[in-house]
Amino acid sequence: MSGRYVVAVDRIKCDGHGVCADLLPEMIELDDWGYPIILPGAVPPSVLPHARRAVSGCPTLALRLQALAARR
Amino acid sequence: MTLSVLAGPAPATGTEGYAAHVARLGPLPLSTSALIDTIDRSELRGKGGAGFPAATKWRAVASRRAGNPVVLANGGEGEPLSRKDRTLMEQRPHLVIDGALLAAGAVGAREIVLYVGADHTGAIRAMQRAAGERPPRERDLLHVVSAPVRYVSGEETAAVNFVNTGIALPTSIPPRPYERGVDGRPTLVQNVETLAHAALIARSGDAWFRSLGVGTASGTTLISVGGAVPQTMLIEAPQGTTITDAVNAAGGLTADSDAVLLGGYFGSWVAASTAWGLVIDADGLRANGYSLGCGVIAVLPAGRCGVVETARILAYLAHESARQCGPCTFGLRAISAATGRVAALTSSDGDLDHIKRWSGLLAGRGACRHPDGAAGLLGSALRVFAEEFQRHDQQHRCSATIAQSVAS
Repeated sequence: MSGRYVVAVDRIKCDGHGVCADLLPEMIELDDWGYPIILPGAVPPSVLPHARRAVSGCPTLALRLQALAARR
Repeated sequence: MTLSVLAGPAPATGTEGYAAHVARLGPLPLSTSALIDTIDRSELRGKGGAGFPAATKWRAVASRRAGNPVVLANGGEGEPLSRKDRTLMEQRPHLVIDGALLAAGAVGAREIVLYVGADHTGAIRAMQRAAGERPPRERDLLHVVSAPVRYVSGEETAAVNFVNTGIALPTSIPPRPYERGVDGRPTLVQNVETLAHAALIARSGDAWFRSLGVGTASGTTLISVGGAVPQTMLIEAPQGTTITDAVNAAGGLTADSDAVLLGGYFGSWVAASTAWGLVIDADGLRANGYSLGCGVIAVLPAGRCGVVETARILAYLAHESARQCGPCTFGLRAISAATGRVAALTSSDGDLDHIKRWSGLLAGRGACRHPDGAAGLLGSALRVFAEEFQRHDQQHRCSATIAQSVAS
């Protein structure tokens, strides 16, 4: 069971490398200073592979997938 | 004026000592977990700015009592327009300590950190002396810690971080302090005014506290009133009264005014015609998109320019950023610089458009709410001072007749 996830970023860890926006353009764009703006809401299942790649590709390990159910 | 936490000897008589405090209010009541239900029924809200229900916080820590909780009484008070916390600690330190001891009893804490802004020297002295006056079993629980002079020092994760590491900068959440705070233990971070109210509610009951408010509103709240009043003044206002009542309690207007800053540097500008009738009540204000924050009303006198004031506040907030998160470090800096150019009548093409677009790009994009606060202030300025922003940007003209600051 895959579950529903949101993309979350640790703003202190994030250094604005911008890798996430390359790997997950469906959900992430960069602001004028190169920091991610994340689309709100759950990651669509079709996009989940890209999201996982973005999480593992973040040079500062700032990105994570947060299970929606676990937050309740 | 209804007085509750400021009741007792006149301010001129200085700090109320332990003997006088006990003679006036009686001994510290026993604290049990039932106190949390009383606090809940009193509808007491946090007075640090966010207005979160106190009982909810206390319950969250009490449910983790196996983790050996800590209480952190937050008297950092970094907001430049606020003086309520330092004044309260200076005049009624034992009321704050009572509240902290009661909170500790209710949540199962055996350690209390009294966190006081280092520049509030009178408050630090009063709290230290007061802690020393308490009976040994209470005194042994209390530790006064002086907090670095910085806007973000009072943010709750920054306060916990300072006690743990000596660095008063916010940390990423989760974990929140009630989950993992001082020494990794569940920590109740509660503003000192909130604790003072709790100390009185424990003695007089929730019905008494609710009766202090007007209409459906509950209790009283401390407000620093500044700007176009005779002098910056701390008042205690019954909730449910209006901004006009608060301004009158501070001596009334000394000049006409077109705009009021509610809630301090993290607050919002409100057109004066709207502001006067607003009711001092967290829920009612929030429904209109406003907040009194940590209890600040600053009246902008006619003749002073709201754009200039806003630029000055943004410059302060950009400087005070912890510089840990990109959007706050770079975004807020860019916004502040562009607003500064508009204010100084030196804006170039696109500055105002940039400001408008960027103002929507800060909220929710920091570890703490610093960028959110700045964005809220800027957004309100763009609405309330829309014409003045245009005049500055397009015609390079300022309609101010007085070049002075509301917060000086």
